[in-house]
Amino acid sequence: MPTRTTVRMTVFSMLLAAGMGVATATSPAPANAQQMANAQQTAAEPDPAGERLFRACKSCHEVGANAKHKVGPHLDGVIGRIAGSLEDFRYSKAMRAAGEGGLAWSEENLHAYLAKPRDFIPGNRMSYRGMASAEDRTTLITWLANVSAAAPAENPVSEQTSAIPGFSEALLEVEGDPEYGEYLAGECVTCHQPTGHVEGIPSIVGLPRDYFIRSLFEYKNNIRSNEVMKLRVGNLSNEEIAALAAYFGSLEPQ
Amino acid sequence: MTRVNRRQFSTLLGAGAASLSLPYYARAQAKPRVVVIGGGAGGATAARYIAKDSEGAIDVTLIDDSETFTTCFFSNLYLGGFRDFGSITHGYDKLQSDYGITKVTGMATGVDRGAKTVTMADGATIPYDRLVVSPGIDLIWDSIEGYSEEAAQIAPHAWKAGPQTQLLKEKLDAVSNGQQIVMVAPPNPYRCPPGPYERISMMAHVLKSKGVDAKIIVLDPKEKFSKQGLFQEGWEKHYPGMVEWYGPDVHGGIKSVDVAAGTVETDLDTFKGDLLNIIPAQKAGMIAAAAGLTDDSGFCPIDATSMRSTVDENIFVIGDASIAGAMPKSGFSANSQAKVAAMNIRGELISSKVFPAKYSNTCWSLIETDDGVKVGAQYAPSEGKIASTSSFISQTGEDAAVRKATYEESIGWYAGITADMFG
Ligand SMILES: Cc1cc2nc3c(=O)[nH]c(=O)nc-3n(C[C@H](O)[C@H](O)[C@H](O)COP(=O)(O)OP(=O)(O)OC[C@H]3O[C@@H](n4cnc5c(N)ncnc54)[C@H](O)[C@@H]3O)c2cc1C
Ligand code: HEC
Ligand code: HEC
Repeated sequence: MPTRTTVRMTVFSMLLAAGMGVATATSPAPANAQQMANAQQTAAEPDPAGERLFRACKSCHEVGANAKHKVGPHLDGVIGRIAGSLEDFRYSKAMRAAGEGGLAWSEENLHAYLAKPRDFIPGNRMSYRGMASAEDRTTLITWLANVSAAAPAENPVSEQTSAIPGFSEALLEVEGDPEYGEYLAGECVTCHQPTGHVEGIPSIVGLPRDYFIRSLFEYKNNIRSNEVMKLRVGNLSNEEIAALAAYFGSLEPQ
Repeated sequence: MTRVNRRQFSTLLGAGAASLSLPYYARAQAKPRVVVIGGGAGGATAARYIAKDSEGAIDVTLIDDSETFTTCFFSNLYLGGFRDFGSITHGYDKLQSDYGITKVTGMATGVDRGAKTVTMADGATIPYDRLVVSPGIDLIWDSIEGYSEEAAQIAPHAWKAGPQTQLLKEKLDAVSNGQQIVMVAPPNPYRCPPGPYERISMMAHVLKSKGVDAKIIVLDPKEKFSKQGLFQEGWEKHYPGMVEWYGPDVHGGIKSVDVAAGTVETDLDTFKGDLLNIIPAQKAGMIAAAAGLTDDSGFCPIDATSMRSTVDENIFVIGDASIAGAMPKSGFSANSQAKVAAMNIRGELISSKVFPAKYSNTCWSLIETDDGVKVGAQYAPSEGKIASTSSFISQTGEDAAVRKATYEESIGWYAGITADMFG
């Protein structure tokens, strides 16, 4: 009989081995110097073209007055921010390591990151494929620099729990049955890989428990709008949500 | 021709023979055996979940007639040039090395339900305690007069992924100015309700991006089809004047096809195509009927709470071959049903917990670059059938960012489901 290895262990050690290293010497697609210069000069007037391009980010990021964390961190004051440095956002290890290694979001670094997020910081959790056109990136970054500097979030709150119907802090205390969670998770892992591997859909492995539960309530209550998630969460009971949180919380993050 | 690795094979035979000759108490201690026929969306998932969650307590054998599996899902994206063939083809190596599943490559030709054994084309028999049947579909060749397995070499169906898909791609890439493609769409029920229409979109994409001025005629035996509003809006928008869809009220009935002449005859007219894509009617994979699991519909009735065959309590039928109530025949559905069957089988064989069945499905379709649409639903057993409990569908007139996000989601799903099937 073939021997059975403990699969999870194998998968995880492979993941760990598969380089969480940060690409250091990545050379960004050389942004046209003139464009960058223009970018600085026109920083007074938000460019509607930039706002249009930001639609690609909007499902995951907020920017501007009262911007909150969504799937991704809020982007207020992002220019100059040390990567992965907001206290109350759960970044990937790769993103935090990049910041600890000295990466800050200069316009130039943003250029490189937004061109190919996964190449610039391998293992980071942003499931965005990249913006190919350097010109579009310049327009977007200029707009972002403008808007985010204009309205730095005073006191970034990740979620306003009181605004979520049916949600109370007490729910966070409900004990979940991880075994039931594992069964229910069968439905989730068709999209969210249990290894934490990210491709087009965010990873939910290793999310903080309260963030995980809150986000499910946000789908349930139309605060977040993704249809496939609303459908999956729509008729989950509180016990089921707790069970899922217990199961996903028991998996090792990437 | 069955190709079984020699060592695996003798182990198999050895195990079977030994358990028959051992005294009762020893037999009772032998590991329970699950055999899975079909290594696709349903079968590979079932095998993996049973092996993974029983952590070695159940012996799992997976039978498929091929060494690799090419997914039908995303095969349309391959036709459209969005994927290469290698990226939709997967091996069974991890299921063997990481999960201890025994893979047997060969055709299962019969099931002896009394003796609880599966018979292979080369005469080998494989014993089981529980059998999972997930053979997908077989085509009903004579549902269109003039069509046959040989004719499919000229006018591909490409409704089972593999060489047929490559043949269709070759022919699609050869279509030139002034030519015409004729597709005959399948009657209900068939695998992947939006599939033919996503395919039309991908064909149109290839023609458009090469600047080839050609038409696509669709002869449909159905009066309406899945995501019709979304597809027709998309064709209008991206491929104006290129696609002509005719339902039965226009063509009056599809009578026959002549692949040598490249014609499809309908009540209305004879349509000439430089490329014919004929998708005939479908039934459960042949082994389902051979095992006596099908009813008059050609598919297999099941118990909605477990996916157990209503004909034999030791057999579970999942995926396209099953009659799964409101669930469409899709890879997502097959994967979802596999988990319910796997849980019930583990519960019976090793007394692990069994929870109430829940099922789900989402089907994404790509209409043009970054223009993806989706339809999905949740299901639960109700009054003996699998019934829909909630659903959604993409809307017409959605903005481009939503459509692009939908497409990206489908890429995430493809990576997720194939990892869920093959480890
Ligand atoms: C063009 C197209 C596009 C599609 N797109 C999507 C999509 O986007 N999303 C989606 O969810 N679904 C999609 N589908 C549907 C999906 O492919 C099927 O519903 C799904 O594969 C069904 O899974 P299954 O396990 O029932 O059968 P299959 O996946 O077909 O697996 C059956 C396997 O069993 C093998 N087999 C059969 N009989 C035997 C035997 N007797 N002995 C040994 N081996 C045997 C077969 O060769 C095959 O490998 C699409 C289908 C098509 C044709
Ligand atoms: C699918 C969701 C998603 C989309 C779309 C997306 N992001 Fe992100 N983004 C994230 C996540 C999640 C992170 C955190 C990554 C990590 O921790 O590895 C992130 C991180 C970032 C960071 C680093 C912030 C920090 O605090 O270090 C920047 C900058 C950023 N995104 C900008 C953008 C821009 C600009 C766009 C649009 C072009 C975009 N993102 C699109 C999810 C997304
Ligand atoms: C059909 C694919 C699919 C399925 C199945 C699915 N999800 Fe999601 N999930 C997504 C997508 C896509 C997003 C990002 C949505 C968005 O932009 O708001 C998401 C987002 C999430 C988030 C928020 C992540 C973050 O970083 O903010 C959580 C938590 C989550 N899903 C949990 C689940 C759970 C639990 C299940 C199973 C009950 C599940 N999902 C099933 C596709 C899916």
